[in-house]
Amino acid sequence: MKNQITREEVENIAWLAHIELTEEEKKIFTEQFNKILDFFKKINEVDTEHVPPTYHVLDISNVERQDEVGESLPQTETLKNAPKKEDGFFKSPRIV
Amino acid sequence: MPKHYQLSALEATRQIRNQELSCEEYILSIFERINKTEVKVRAFVTLLREQAIEKAKEVDNLVKKQEKLSLLSGVPIAIKDVICTNGVRTTCSSRMLKDFVPPYDATVVNKLNSAGAIIVGKTNMDEFAMGSTTETSFFGPTRNPWNLDKVPGGSSGGSAAAVIAEDVPLALGSDTGGSVRCPASYCSVVGLKPTYGLVSRYGLISYANSLEQIGPFARTVEDCALLLSIISGHDDRDSTSVNLPSKDYVSLLKSEDETNRLRIGVPHEFFGEGVDNDVKDTVWEAISKLESLGCTYDEVSIPSVSYALAAYYIIAMSEASSNLARYDGLRYGFRQEKDEGDWATVYAKNRKEGFGAEVRRRIILGTYALSAGYYDQYYLKALKVRTVLRRDFERAFKEFDVLVGPTMPLLPFNIGEKIDDPLTLYMCDVLTVPANLTGYPAMSVPCGFKNDLPVGMQIIGKSFNEETILRVAHLFEQSTDFHLRRPRL
Repeated sequence: MKNQITREEVENIAWLAHIELTEEEKKIFTEQFNKILDFFKKINEVDTEHVPPTYHVLDISNVERQDEVGESLPQTETLKNAPKKEDGFFKSPRIV
Repeated sequence: MPKHYQLSALEATRQIRNQELSCEEYILSIFERINKTEVKVRAFVTLLREQAIEKAKEVDNLVKKQEKLSLLSGVPIAIKDVICTNGVRTTCSSRMLKDFVPPYDATVVNKLNSAGAIIVGKTNMDEFAMGSTTETSFFGPTRNPWNLDKVPGGSSGGSAAAVIAEDVPLALGSDTGGSVRCPASYCSVVGLKPTYGLVSRYGLISYANSLEQIGPFARTVEDCALLLSIISGHDDRDSTSVNLPSKDYVSLLKSEDETNRLRIGVPHEFFGEGVDNDVKDTVWEAISKLESLGCTYDEVSIPSVSYALAAYYIIAMSEASSNLARYDGLRYGFRQEKDEGDWATVYAKNRKEGFGAEVRRRIILGTYALSAGYYDQYYLKALKVRTVLRRDFERAFKEFDVLVGPTMPLLPFNIGEKIDDPLTLYMCDVLTVPANLTGYPAMSVPCGFKNDLPVGMQIIGKSFNEETILRVAHLFEQSTDFHLRRPRL
């Protein structure tokens, strides 16, 4: 396992997560991430050969229900919390 | 005679029912109390005075007409601001959601309304429930009512502080890695994290969905049991909600015959390095007390507890990076005025301005742990460690009915003391995260004071066996007076 996360990697992951960082934050986050990731490596001491992962603790999977049409929120309600809207649509920034 | 606002939930609803107390008068006394304490404690993000008084009048009318009241009729409750309330803003104490008004109620809120409870306000928390001190709130920290310089614990710090400040007899919080139990310990109230799947998460704004549960706060074990009876139960709208017969936890408290023969396991690892000696001593005294009441105890080892914290943070951050991807500032949430640049740039700017540092830290680290090349090393490995931890706990529960230890490794510390060092702060969750990783129910009960600061005892039980941990807590509470002490405000 690699020992250090670089400033460039932090920039790249922040971009993947769609979060802009200031120059100062890039520096602080890189230092903090290295300490935290070092601590995370502690789990390598545990022998997990042939141990399956636990994604969640319940013994249930694929919960299904009848595919019935229910009530939906009216358009005005749905748009109420939108910071920008126009003609009954959410207004997004330019995509293409 | 106690003041109205000091009544327990059970006593208040009894007096209202018997026309010994007008609900309106009671709710007015509650808001008078909140006015007095709030300038010091700052437990609330939003107060709902007018609508609470209206509801109180309705309850008084029902009483006059001699109509049937519900279990919580007229009882005021505070709700953590991570739980959706129809028409009432729900902020997660984040700039991202500071103006968000949900168009629907969470299932637990529906249940409370049906039970006649009166919601008096939404409480402050760590932003998106990420923290152990309530300091990461966009609205500023809540203060510990026992000592205003200290943190109240977190992330449900506002709920716990409001309960011990006698603003409300009941409150709801959410517990992803200890967020109910930690502030319960630091504020000296009873707080319970139910078994994963017992309480519906519909309308609980997600942080780490495989770990979290909504849980009750109260000043007595009986009130905590009452609130749990109301919020638990199957819900079609939460696919991880388990379909089991409902229980009346209050009456289950009373069948105590076997309680004093319970076998208590005391994990060494809960008294290890990093746990304050004052905390250890206080909790050991509490264990001796339980022994004197007829319980037996023995030490046990759960070796993988030492790895739980790292596994917890990897899993929680990974789930957070996915759950918080929805905040783009388009359909709801914070959006910058200027929309210059392409979609990705605008999105990244909205998330930079809308989220605080700790939320961004966890999203970015979670993205890293899930990214190609690191997935196996961090996320998958942590999930395997989770399995090892579950197996260790299962083994311990073959020998013992409950496991007991401290809730928090340290006494409440100063506001500002640890906030600049994330890893040090994460260490505070070392004793609470195992119950979230394994799904077991766990609670914190007041068990003493050191330097005038509260200490909480943690009781962990078997899955869907909340009645047993509540009985142990009740047994302890009935022969001690820690739960009767109040901070001077």
